[in-house]
Amino acid sequence: MSGEAGALPLAAPAVPRPRAWLVGVVIFCALALAPLAVPFVGGNYLLLIGSRFMILAIAALSLDLLIGYGGLVSFGHAAFIGIGAYATGILAVHGFTEFYIAIPVAMLAGALFALVTGAVAIRTRGVYFIMITLAFAQMAFYVMGSLSAYGGDDGLTLPSRSLVFGSAALKSETVFFYAVLATLIIVTLALRRLVASRFGRVLQGLRQNRQRMEAMGYSAQGFQLTAYVIAGAIGALAGFLLANSTEFVSPAFMTWQRSGDLIIMVIIGGGGTLYGALVGALAFLSLEEGLSHVTDHWKLIFGPLLVLFVIAAPGGIARWLGWRAHE
Amino acid sequence: MSEPVLELIGLRKAYGALVVTDGVDLCVPHGELHALIGPNGAGKTTLMNQISGNASPSAGEIRLLGETVTHLSVAARARRGMARSFQISSVLPEFTVLENVALSVQARSGSSYRFWSAASREARLNDRAMGALAEVGLQDRAYAPAGQISHGEKRALEIAMALVLEPKILLLDEPMAGTGHEESERITALLRRLKGRYAIVLVEHDMQAVFALADRVSVLVYGKVIASGPPTSIRENAEVRAAYLGDEEFA
Repeated sequence: MSGEAGALPLAAPAVPRPRAWLVGVVIFCALALAPLAVPFVGGNYLLLIGSRFMILAIAALSLDLLIGYGGLVSFGHAAFIGIGAYATGILAVHGFTEFYIAIPVAMLAGALFALVTGAVAIRTRGVYFIMITLAFAQMAFYVMGSLSAYGGDDGLTLPSRSLVFGSAALKSETVFFYAVLATLIIVTLALRRLVASRFGRVLQGLRQNRQRMEAMGYSAQGFQLTAYVIAGAIGALAGFLLANSTEFVSPAFMTWQRSGDLIIMVIIGGGGTLYGALVGALAFLSLEEGLSHVTDHWKLIFGPLLVLFVIAAPGGIARWLGWRAHE
Repeated sequence: MSEPVLELIGLRKAYGALVVTDGVDLCVPHGELHALIGPNGAGKTTLMNQISGNASPSAGEIRLLGETVTHLSVAARARRGMARSFQISSVLPEFTVLENVALSVQARSGSSYRFWSAASREARLNDRAMGALAEVGLQDRAYAPAGQISHGEKRALEIAMALVLEPKILLLDEPMAGTGHEESERITALLRRLKGRYAIVLVEHDMQAVFALADRVSVLVYGKVIASGPPTSIRENAEVRAAYLGDEEFA
């Protein structure tokens, strides 16, 4: 019997799921074509907004690894954005403006913060995990606010965007837009591989039934901490991009409200699908951007809309479109 | 003489004044199917949980292949060769039946800190998993989500997941609980095939199955082993009969 088994299709055959990645392709193509609209609508503003959307989508994707795949609801993900942004800003102030220095340093800083805080947080579960990740993020927020050498609460202006081997190519909003898009695609594809790997399976198994996984010999904490560190490093990568986008860094990058926004992006998109987080981020930010042009009190409309949405599509946009989660 | 696979020495667990495991000594050699029986509330599952590491004893010692494991975590014991099924079926509901077993194979097959290649395409994992599914008669259900298969199928799946762990000892907590007559006969047949290959500790209420399968039976009452021996001597033991008074299986 086991001789035959090798000939069987190895993935679950009956489940239709090409639509998920198809939506990814459509989104990436649409984004790639967006700069063509610049002469007609918005000008460079459109590119700035688009870059910002994609940067936050990168952060939301990394958060989906924790929430959707790992079942770890981190309420401090903005801290990683802030740490990556500050690493970039502080390096730039000291004259280290090359991207190949800034990116690894930013990601290592994010990973290190994740390792230290995660080692504590991962010991707790559920609401306690939410609270402790929030607490660590708030600590980072206040530490950065008190760094008077780097602007304190007022923040820090970058002398320039990161250089690419001595060239200031990223100064162009169009080039920067495409650099961010390329990063977004790389992060999406890398995370797709990650969640389908051995490690990804274990991470998902721990979310579904930790007791069963431990009975197989998997120690939950090592796997969850590794996921936390990876997500932290990617969050910091988003921070590097955000600092470059605005050429400015401040503690406001890492407020708990932003951590909450990221969770909402993952939830409205549908956790555990990656493309859901991507769609969720773009939907959330478009809605925010659109409504804020209509009225200053846009949150009064945005809040109830979110509630209605969660009631109407409890599994997020992804489930609503019929994607299979946790694949 | 070979050393016992599992040894319990003076195991005791108390919740305040309530003693749920009261000085249990137990020794399971290789290849023995050791049944644990006792009336409801006798502390059978609590004892199983202490053996597997899901609960920690107040006193006493647990040895696996001569090594003390009393204070090791569940995962560490599993890696040393303990595999268990749970009284309430415990599978990974969103994964397919095949993925459940493949993940169990993976636990014994190289590092799980691999981040790049797709686990679902590893023939080594899938072939092993398919073999185990065939052994428990689940190969036709391989691609069904594990959360959607029948109760009896889940019990068989749990056994398949335990088998691929290449265990030194199998801890089976009521593998027939809640299954229909046909399914429980299937599991009995399966256990008969497995018997002799592994040391097995079986907690079971189905007396017919217990007396048909067990090499030795220990009777637990209020956390104490009141009798231990081959099935025939247990059946005739007066103390056991008293504990089970009114139970028609013993009448």
